Amino acid sequence: MDLIAQLEAEQVAALGKDIPDFKAGDTVRVGYKVTEGTRSRVQNYEGVCIARKNGEGIAGSFTVRKISFGEGVERVFPLHSTNIESITVVRRGRVRRAKLYYLRSRRGKSARIAEDTNYKPKKG
Amino acid sequence: MLRSGVIAKKVGMTRLFMEDGKQIPVTVLQLDNLQVVAQRTSEKDGYTAVQLGAGTAKAKRTSQAMRGHFAAAKVEPKRKVAEFRVAPENLIEVGEEIIADHYFEGQFVDVTGTSIGKGFAGAMKRWNFGGLRATHGVSISHRSHGSTGQCQDPGRVFKGKKMAGHMGAARVTTQNLQVIKTDSDRGLIMVKGAVPGSKGGWVTVKDAVKKPTPENVILPAALMSAKREAQRLAEEAAAAAEAEAKAAEEAAAAEAAAAEEAALKEAEASIEADKAAEAADAPEAKKEGDE
Repeated sequence: MDLIAQLEAEQVAALGKDIPDFKAGDTVRVGYKVTEGTRSRVQNYEGVCIARKNGEGIAGSFTVRKISFGEGVERVFPLHSTNIESITVVRRGRVRRAKLYYLRSRRGKSARIAEDTNYKPKKG
Repeated sequence: MLRSGVIAKKVGMTRLFMEDGKQIPVTVLQLDNLQVVAQRTSEKDGYTAVQLGAGTAKAKRTSQAMRGHFAAAKVEPKRKVAEFRVAPENLIEVGEEIIADHYFEGQFVDVTGTSIGKGFAGAMKRWNFGGLRATHGVSISHRSHGSTGQCQDPGRVFKGKKMAGHMGAARVTTQNLQVIKTDSDRGLIMVKGAVPGSKGGWVTVKDAVKKPTPENVILPAALMSAKREAQRLAEEAAAAAEAEAKAAEEAAAAEAAAAEEAALKEAEASIEADKAAEAADAPEAKKEGDE
């Protein structure tokens, strides 16, 4: 393992984040720390994960899309961000793409994702 | 108070997540067997500087002259050698090793390296020219520079005109990079942002010239010998403290043991006394029993 990979692995271990197994198509709820003045609270953001990028490492991120007041909203979260309080998988979706960017041009019925009823967790 | 810089190897870039949720892009620089190879003194050379060497080179691939130079300093052959001007009082002994504690977190530094070569580059890439239009009759020359000057007067292209040419592979200094973290065990310095050159390239790190010299910099340099000395002293102090604690414990234990013994003796004495009293009573009882 080269030094950079080693440093990143160390940092991932030090951050000690409990990241569930999820992929594009899954509906996730992200608890994100919001600081207003001096007070900080956790804001939930729930939507469909439409992309996972840069793997599980320190550079990893994921995009969550939801329809908010009739307007599509996308947020990109760094996987290991210290601002993320929790990530919970609400629903497993069955999709055939790694990136669900086609959802951007869809609305309503056609933007639905079938539920993956017999989801098998990744081994290991 | 000019002090020595360091030679470091660019390891690569990564990011650090801070407690407040911020991410900081950092370049990891590594100090690899960084030792003082020679000194330049005002008597001999007319200026004061230290010559540092970093990395390891195979002796058989080092020239005879350099081998002699390294042998005179009693150091292993080095891969990279560079000189740093220092104030006369900040000269470092030959053979001393400099460690990553040389810089502290939050300090600003200037990093000099050789930028990545781009070859023969056009005016758009080299000088951020706009190029020509995509349509409106422009043919073949969409990425060309435009005019290079005037007309018959002056009748020449002025010197220094920005044109296509060789780009990169030049000495570049990036100023005022902040040191985010240091790790003296592994010899790592993490500076915020990018540093010129490719991974595995050599860079030199110096205190920022455009910032006031911080007060808590280590003069003349953070040295391995000083660290070892500090470690040894700390160990000695710890050992002494431990010995003291042990002695105190032993004394306490001895005292406790003595007290216990005394108590035991007393108890025994009382038991003896009881027994004696009992024994005095017993024969009579026995006699009674016999009858």
